[in-house]
Amino acid sequence: MLGDYSLTDLSSIFVMQGFAGLILFSVYTLMALGLAIIFGQMGVINMAHGEFMILGAYMTYLCSGFFQTYLPALFPAYFFVAMALAFLASGALGMLVEWALIRHLYKRPLDTLLATWGLSLILQQAYRTIFGPREVGVELPAWLIGSVQVTDTIEIPINGMFVMGVTTLITVGVALLMYRSRFGAQVRAVVQNRPMAGAVGIDTEKVDRLTFGLGCGIAGIAGSAFTMVGSTGPTSGQLYIVDTFLIVVFGGAASLLGTIASAFSISQTQSTLEFFLSGSTAKVITLLAVVGILMLRPQGLFTLKVRR
Amino acid sequence: MISPKSSSTVHDNPFMKPMEWVSLALLAAVIFLVLPMLLDAFRLNLVGKYLTYSFVALGLVICWGFGGILSLGQGVFFGLGGYLMAMYLKLEASSVENTKIQSTPGIPDFMDWNQITELPWFWKPFTSLPFTLIAVVVVPAFFAFVIGSAMFRRRVGGTYFAIITQAIAAILTILIVGQQGYTGGINGITDLRTLHGWDIRTDRAHNILYFVNGGLLVACILFAQYVKRSKLGRILLAMRDKEDRVRFSGYQVASFKTFAFCLAAVFAAIGGAMFTLQVGFMSPSFVGIVPSIEMVIYAAVGGRLSLFGAVWGTLLVNWAKTSFSESFPELWLFGLGALFIAVVLAFPNGLAGIYRTYVEPRLTRRVKALEPAPAVALPHAAE
Amino acid sequence: MAEDKGNGLQSALRRRLLMGLAGVPAIALMPRMSFAAGPATATVNTTGLAVTDTEVTVGILHSATGTMAISETGSIQAEKLAISQINEAGGVLGRKIKVIQEDGASDWPTFAEKAKKLLVNDHCAAVMGCWTSASRKAALPVFEQYNGLLYYPTFYEGLEQSKNVIYTGQEATQQILESLNWVAKEKGAKTFFFIGSDYIWPRTSNKIARKHIENVLKTKVVGEEYFPLGHTQFNSVINKLKLTKPDVIFTDVVGGSNVAFYKQLKAAGIDLSKQTLLTISVTEDEIDGIGGDNIAGAYSCMKYFQSLKNANNEKFVAAFHKMWGEKTVIGDVTQAAYLGPFLWKMAVEKAGSFDVDKVAAASAGIEFKEAPEGYVKIHPNHHLWSKTRVAKALPSGQFEVVYESPELIEPNPFPKGYQ
Repeated sequence: MLGDYSLTDLSSIFVMQGFAGLILFSVYTLMALGLAIIFGQMGVINMAHGEFMILGAYMTYLCSGFFQTYLPALFPAYFFVAMALAFLASGALGMLVEWALIRHLYKRPLDTLLATWGLSLILQQAYRTIFGPREVGVELPAWLIGSVQVTDTIEIPINGMFVMGVTTLITVGVALLMYRSRFGAQVRAVVQNRPMAGAVGIDTEKVDRLTFGLGCGIAGIAGSAFTMVGSTGPTSGQLYIVDTFLIVVFGGAASLLGTIASAFSISQTQSTLEFFLSGSTAKVITLLAVVGILMLRPQGLFTLKVRR
Repeated sequence: MISPKSSSTVHDNPFMKPMEWVSLALLAAVIFLVLPMLLDAFRLNLVGKYLTYSFVALGLVICWGFGGILSLGQGVFFGLGGYLMAMYLKLEASSVENTKIQSTPGIPDFMDWNQITELPWFWKPFTSLPFTLIAVVVVPAFFAFVIGSAMFRRRVGGTYFAIITQAIAAILTILIVGQQGYTGGINGITDLRTLHGWDIRTDRAHNILYFVNGGLLVACILFAQYVKRSKLGRILLAMRDKEDRVRFSGYQVASFKTFAFCLAAVFAAIGGAMFTLQVGFMSPSFVGIVPSIEMVIYAAVGGRLSLFGAVWGTLLVNWAKTSFSESFPELWLFGLGALFIAVVLAFPNGLAGIYRTYVEPRLTRRVKALEPAPAVALPHAAE
Repeated sequence: MAEDKGNGLQSALRRRLLMGLAGVPAIALMPRMSFAAGPATATVNTTGLAVTDTEVTVGILHSATGTMAISETGSIQAEKLAISQINEAGGVLGRKIKVIQEDGASDWPTFAEKAKKLLVNDHCAAVMGCWTSASRKAALPVFEQYNGLLYYPTFYEGLEQSKNVIYTGQEATQQILESLNWVAKEKGAKTFFFIGSDYIWPRTSNKIARKHIENVLKTKVVGEEYFPLGHTQFNSVINKLKLTKPDVIFTDVVGGSNVAFYKQLKAAGIDLSKQTLLTISVTEDEIDGIGGDNIAGAYSCMKYFQSLKNANNEKFVAAFHKMWGEKTVIGDVTQAAYLGPFLWKMAVEKAGSFDVDKVAAASAGIEFKEAPEGYVKIHPNHHLWSKTRVAKALPSGQFEVVYESPELIEPNPFPKGYQ
């Protein structure tokens, strides 16, 4: 299929395709990061992860409406406020859920799966009741729309770069938090040996709650960022959930680096295959490859030796 | 996990305890006598459809309740069984006579719409009923065997296994929808008419199929009971509670797990085949993640350790779904969600747990006091 | 230029309207019927339908819950509006319509189940319902087995015809061919790129479009891509668009994917005021979620748009807004759903009976001159003769009609040479 095109065309397409892959990588990383923290660090399967993301998206929607009506002058900057609010809202809901639900189930990981699935149904219906069954359109500030013309033939979407920026910031932030801060040390201590961590004076319950809240909050930010590229409706969260879980599992549950590596390999495979094959086929091949590799190497790409 | 109170007895025990015979008799009475007498043909057909889900729930009791393996992809096997049966029925409905308006008569209508001019090779054997019936059992078992042995040999379990089975369900759905020339795509395989010349759409046929379905279900329960009481069942329980000790005692843990998973798959496939026969079509909406997880909740509501509970749970949840969604469609999802949470938090052993804690002790006392056993005060789940 | 065309259109419409008014006898008949007492129940209902001396039962069967509720809500609203209007005008054969509404819950077997309930338990004289092809395929055998009557509102892939179904939406050839001719003529399009969701309707529609493009227009399809339902990442295919530079992007993406696709298209710098995009899956309903800004400039081909300027439509839009709120938008399928009850009423009155066989037989040739889309007529194959329109999406979320087929287009569910 490439024979008929000029060299400049092809090279610019490869550049743009590379960016498409990177954007997909950022989207996947952002999606999976919150889950990687919750699943990787706490061993909890949060099936309502998608709904936490959509909560962030709805916060963004509300924010855009609010700024348009009351603070039109500040509208260009509303997205940052929206992301902060999305983080707070999803994080707060996450902590509430941890307190009411998850903390009773730490010894039964499979049961958290069922309970959070129930939670996701409730949240979906709540969104439907509050915001209506239709998808809502989120108005973006003008500077986030359109693309940057790099050369005559190369154009890079601005919102894609924005997502990349957000992802990078959050990933670095999370890495610092987990590996360079006191809180991170506590989280890791709790993961590695809960009774011992408790014995040395770490409030394990509080650490659990904060970790869960942090994971959900990041999901909220992801949802907020995705209003730029995707849809916002009561069931939109479901679109992401399988991909997200596969990325985390493929990466090896307890490792942030693994999550990033797995998001990278899956996104590159998919985006390359999508270019050469049809979208549906590309998706199936990617998923099959992931499952195939998981059958051979079920612990995922990267593993952490942990005493369980 | 939850340690079961009654089922872990190791000493010599009969095939079923008296109370279990009572439960079985009660279930059989409800399925074969009470429901057919109370319900009209339409409602009875509905119950028949629900009962096909209880095959899946039954399989989940074995692999999840007894074996500790939670599969979130049972829809795959339900779907396989259903699709295989649907292939036979569709071929029978697509005789040259029935399809003469097509550009290629004699092949299923959806193939004709997709410019397929010849029956694909993997459809051809499905003109034979015996082959189809064997395939309904063998194909899902084979798939389960491949997935199970690959995973369990490498000691994948718990949440990982759940997520991977979920991914398989997602992949199969995309595959079926994408290959619509061979599978009927998102519409599924519809407009099925006869089984070996016998019209399955009439009320009378529905009635007969209902009883066949009920009979198969009881047979499956008995078989599951047999497995539960056998040495195999005890190893499964032991494995669920302390896998390493079983392994160190020299047992091939992976083989036992694979067996449980295969058995669950076969049950699900039988349910799927019966579903196709009673409902008259099969579509990818039974294969994906959502139906698979819903089927897990049937088992959970019934009590993940109770074979009978699985059936009652399925009937109860579906009955609630039909009646609530008729009167309060808004509230239904809230109700279902709350049910998930309540079952997990408050009643981890489901209906069977409630029955065991509150009803059985009293009942047993009375049974001991006066023979024969009065069959009252059991959870009146179905209806 | 667009304005000129708009005016021309309007006057054409006006002419047609006047012609329609000239043929008034059918209209004049209706009020008279309604004031007279209805004929005896025993004579109009010989097959045990739920018809009493004062009432007749009709079913509505759509998804009020689940993923499809987004789309089907409009149809429910339109059908209820139509039925309440019919009741205000005296009902059908002197009988008020009583509605039994069932929820298909976006689940195909549930559609079959509830269809059976409506026919077997409730003895509905007719059912307005189904939306997706899958739900129709599931319910169709039930309607045929129990001899019910279904009014199906969605534009769909064709390849189906049943005595027991009246298709009030367009089948694929009606919807697509005219608009392809238009785009070839107006935009001089030579190359096309197809992007669709991966299921039967887009695939069949694209197949028909491809045959037409290759065999009739003698131009070329340079790409054809399908994505799983719910897919949200389109950057790769957008790059392919940039590489192949098609004259026309032809899309039939549905659901949440739609929103993602148009947002990413816009973000990638593909300007729909320069790049022609023709879609057969975006109505006013979808634009609500996509956002008018993101899709402004795209062309959609449908038989109805809310902005149609004719007296019927203005009345319809006003009534709809009065009943369901000013903000509700009205898409193609909503209008088609509105037609159902009226077409049924007229067929019943023509047949002088509620019996399904008689109503089905009387349906062919029924004309509905107050249709918001202008004028429709039932073909013997139970589809509607209708016009096709191409309209440009505006940032406001409405459409501006730029082309209207001069004649009614004959429905052709089994098109020769397109299969």
